[in-house]
Amino acid sequence: MNVPAQEAPFETVRDVVVENPVISAQKLDFWYGQSQALFANDLDIAPRKVTAIIGPSGCGKSTHLRVYNRIFEQYRGQRAGGRVLLDGQDLLAPGTDSIALRRRIGMIFQKPTPFPMSIFENVAYGVRLHFSFSRKELERKVEESLRAAALWDEVKDLLHKPGTALSGGQQQRLCIARALAMSPDVLLMDEPTSAIDPVATARIEELVLQLKERLTVVIVTHNMQQAARISDHTAFFHLGRIIEFGATAKMFTNPSHPKTEEYITGRFG
Amino acid sequence: MTPRRLADLWKAQTSFRKSSAFHRHVDRAFRYLTLACAATTLLLVGAILWNLIEHAWPSITKFGLGFVTSSQWNPVKSQYGAASSIYGTLVSTAIALILALPISLAIALFLTSYAPPWLAKIVGTCVELLAAIPSIIYGMWGLFVFAPYMQKTVQPMLAKLPGPLFDGAPLGVGMLTAGIILALMILPFLTAVMRDVFAMTPPVLMESAAGMGSTSWEVTRKISIPYGLRGLIGATFLGLGRAIGETMAVTFVIGNSHRISTSLFAPGNTIASTLANEFNEADSPLLEAALIELGLILFVITLIIQILAHLWLKNLQKRQAR
Repeated sequence: MNVPAQEAPFETVRDVVVENPVISAQKLDFWYGQSQALFANDLDIAPRKVTAIIGPSGCGKSTHLRVYNRIFEQYRGQRAGGRVLLDGQDLLAPGTDSIALRRRIGMIFQKPTPFPMSIFENVAYGVRLHFSFSRKELERKVEESLRAAALWDEVKDLLHKPGTALSGGQQQRLCIARALAMSPDVLLMDEPTSAIDPVATARIEELVLQLKERLTVVIVTHNMQQAARISDHTAFFHLGRIIEFGATAKMFTNPSHPKTEEYITGRFG
Repeated sequence: MTPRRLADLWKAQTSFRKSSAFHRHVDRAFRYLTLACAATTLLLVGAILWNLIEHAWPSITKFGLGFVTSSQWNPVKSQYGAASSIYGTLVSTAIALILALPISLAIALFLTSYAPPWLAKIVGTCVELLAAIPSIIYGMWGLFVFAPYMQKTVQPMLAKLPGPLFDGAPLGVGMLTAGIILALMILPFLTAVMRDVFAMTPPVLMESAAGMGSTSWEVTRKISIPYGLRGLIGATFLGLGRAIGETMAVTFVIGNSHRISTSLFAPGNTIASTLANEFNEADSPLLEAALIELGLILFVITLIIQILAHLWLKNLQKRQAR
């Protein structure tokens, strides 16, 4: 049999169907200039659940995440194709107001990004941008957000100290409080614990589990134990494609695709 | 690894230890050398101060504090006062900073945040070229091209504004023209330093602010400027230091008159321009001493500004520890 084997069209292995997704990426492509980084990603993000995106370095996890709030538009030469529906509206459509979009979709980065201002002002930052609150309402919102980020007790007497004076883990929780203060529907986390110590990491993981009662979390992580501990759904990325998407418990115990198994057992990546 | 090679390794290590005594000596000698060089600068500052005081002494004893408060400058009666020069120095520098600061801030922001890279490169290079133009060129251009333009076009327009600042005859040369020329001179320098300060804002910080729905102007105002504030203040004081002692360009266009006037159109002088104008003709020992005392005052003003800048930065650092 010398007939060349024809490559089958690529198909993501899926073992869950997400009902009423908050975000639904459909045939999402992405380019950095001439080089394509994402290939026809289809991914549904379930409401009030934690969806983890895992995969080896350079597989497109962060790239995929950065489409959701259109932050990639900050850079020349980066563009996305396909559709990403947020409540049924294509957020990549030219008419989308990216400022309003970013109020609804908060983002936490790998390194904590406290702004050069006081702890109070850090948390108030987004509130001031998007709402016109009275001083009292603002103070209430800041306290509420810091409590939700499990930081209030540590900083309630330091509110006027610079945000940069906190430890790395506290800074990351400050950034989470700052995002929560905008009352977002979705929180994107791009390897939020890779720059902080294990104890602080545990606190943030605990926090993520609490947060999913009120919002949807999408977390990119290098740490497979972390994905297993905190996520409900997991998407495994490889070379810009989504290889497998399914319930986390199933994927980590009984992956369907051989590549997924190789990755989670540490054979590559 | 064989025992033989381990022994070799051990030998190599011990021989290194022997030679480390030599290294320690070199190290110490180098430390003293750097110390000596650093001490030289201190010594120089002290020597300059001492020399200035010594040579200014006849004037200091003769006029006392009156030297600073009087604007009399009369070689015939041997009456000398520094007030107009001090006033002119401060006012021309203030005009220069008021004009140059916002413009350089805007150029630096444009270059770092808004311009496409190819344009930023071209404009950036031009800015650096401008910074390298000798001050006498600015002075000559100011006198032959800019002052007539001021006289014919700008000053008649400004004269229509109310208030005493723009009263009097449009002479072309004067305090305002000198301030504008100074602004042009420090502009490229300020821009270059500020651009470097803004380029230091971590991209992830700006991305984070943009990710919260800030417009680029909000990112600039609330993130980039506060983040680089210390550097920006440092840049400002460097520019101020250049403007305050600038001699040639100012001497060409300030009009050189020992008078204090509320009008910015009026000719005036600065410490540096007075020195440049009169030093050649200083035939009496008292005039020479008075001129040197002017130099001493400039030295002290610069020193005070340096100290204030230092204190300000320190205070800022305390409030905004990072």
